[in-house]
Amino acid sequence: MAAVNTVEILVQTAVSGLLWGFIFALISVGLTVIFGVMDIVNFAHGDFLMVSMYGAFVLYSFWGLDPLLSLPLVVAFMFGVGVLTYRLLISRVLDAPMLAQIFATFGLLVFLRGAAHLIFHADYQSIKNPILSGSFELFGVTMSVPQVVAAVGAMVITGLVYWFIMKTETGWALQAVAEDKEAASLMGIDSEWMYSLAWGLGSACVAIAGVLLSNFYYIFPEVGVMFGLIAYVAVALGGFGSVTGALVAGVIIGVAEVLGGFLIGPEYKYVIVFLIYLAVVVLRPKGLMGKA
Amino acid sequence: MLHEVEVLRRFAPPRLGRFVVPALLLLLILFPFVVNAAFYVHLMILVFLFAYLGQAWNILGGYTGQVSLGHAVFLGLGAYTSTLLFEWYGVSPWIGMIAGGLVAMAFGLIIGLPTFRLQGHYFAIATIAVGESVLALFNSWDLVGGASGIYRTIVPESWWAMQFHSSKDPYYFIALGLVVTIFTVTRLIERSRLGYYFRAIKEDPDAAKSLGIDTTRYKLYSMMISAFFTGLAGTLYVQYLLFIDPEMVFLLMLSIQICLVPVLGGVGTLWGPAVGAAILIPISEFTRGYLGGSAAGLDLVVYGALIMLVAAYKPAGIMGLLRKAS
Repeated sequence: MAAVNTVEILVQTAVSGLLWGFIFALISVGLTVIFGVMDIVNFAHGDFLMVSMYGAFVLYSFWGLDPLLSLPLVVAFMFGVGVLTYRLLISRVLDAPMLAQIFATFGLLVFLRGAAHLIFHADYQSIKNPILSGSFELFGVTMSVPQVVAAVGAMVITGLVYWFIMKTETGWALQAVAEDKEAASLMGIDSEWMYSLAWGLGSACVAIAGVLLSNFYYIFPEVGVMFGLIAYVAVALGGFGSVTGALVAGVIIGVAEVLGGFLIGPEYKYVIVFLIYLAVVVLRPKGLMGKA
Repeated sequence: MLHEVEVLRRFAPPRLGRFVVPALLLLLILFPFVVNAAFYVHLMILVFLFAYLGQAWNILGGYTGQVSLGHAVFLGLGAYTSTLLFEWYGVSPWIGMIAGGLVAMAFGLIIGLPTFRLQGHYFAIATIAVGESVLALFNSWDLVGGASGIYRTIVPESWWAMQFHSSKDPYYFIALGLVVTIFTVTRLIERSRLGYYFRAIKEDPDAAKSLGIDTTRYKLYSMMISAFFTGLAGTLYVQYLLFIDPEMVFLLMLSIQICLVPVLGGVGTLWGPAVGAAILIPISEFTRGYLGGSAAGLDLVVYGALIMLVAAYKPAGIMGLLRKAS
């Protein structure tokens, strides 16, 4: 009886890890799209997630708009934030040393986090009784509805982004700019527009993750810290710029974090994630799927 | 050999007038006797601490070009080492300071060996991963106080115990001593073969290799020097606050602040960390003091906007600005 219980708990834990993994994957895909096109890590990525969650929260508290309905609004808004970030800030440090690039987005992180403290204070907020709530049982495994929807949504969006980059003309243009900016511009591709698009797209991805997350996760100014860190690790683990790499790494991290937390102790779950990252990049310095 | 010397000369540091240094030092020594306000002495101690930490980071991140975003780990290891030596065995923090530096240096060696193969962002994120792991481990390590930390045993003030309760001045002079030490060391490195090698590795690792420089070995030297000195400051930090917990010494935000100092002042320059700390720390303390109370978060908004402005408009830092003017 005890053995059956352990197996059940393990399966339950693994499923939960898998669900988290897909959400991590979507957050990481947003980051890797930007990096893949222009070699810049957005250190404010986790805080874009935080802003999206507050966006859903504000629309819910003031106009009673359920996250499902506010999703397109927040995503459109964050697309704009991404484009603006590129136009006003990133375009100025494109050719600057890596440190200047790091600090440009790091300044944005501090700014956004400060703004969140200023406007919403340090309190934990949550969206009460969203349309997506409750849980169901499948093959004896209990799953929360909003979490499953978030995971499925993340999976679908990740697939769409992959399709967009690999199969559409605009996607090819993005790849061309990533490969060789000058050559691409000779072919008539506007690199400024492509860079803006990459930032818009990357921010829209994280916005979708944020709104889906707001259905079942607490909202507070520092909510992006851990998600952001996990996304950096996932992107580096998968190989900077690789969408499939980010997907695989996101899922690996989700499962490793939840299973490791269960087997070894919840206080070590992030340590496990970071150790996996270190082990992988030491063996493969460009990540699992990065180009050597 | 002549060829090597000529090529290396390209990496020579720019010269800066040296008349101001003794005058500045004299002013700093007189400062606590002239200014009696405890707040300003406190502010200067913080400026010294961050100028020192920024310079220690600068050796690895600025001169050698290996961007570490996890330097708080070395500070924390140094602080914990001397704290535990004092609390468990009654060892003087002065000895603990050296021991803490050595522990940090050993740890730097351990993480440098596997991670120096990584480039750019992969290395930077690896240092974040190391920092966050150490934070999590110390948070759950009950033997060293876990997440609640260690309140230091208060003993009567003495230089031996490095505890002073009646005045902040002794801490001021210890901090000043550390600053003088690190600037002297950096200056010596700048002018030595080691400094040329470091800059060669930063500017062009392949060219450095082709000159016969063992780049991994010299990156490790740079890491060990940087980690050792960062570790030393941990003792001052914990003796000054007489308390330590993991969130205080291992936070990513602290690591970022440590490298923000030279970035603002000018990376890879001798005076960059001093200029950076002299500007950044008062701004951060005053915004926190004036803006933090009534509207928490406003200080961060101002601080963040400032960082973005410097990064976007003056990526070479304030020193770059000065050099262009001269």
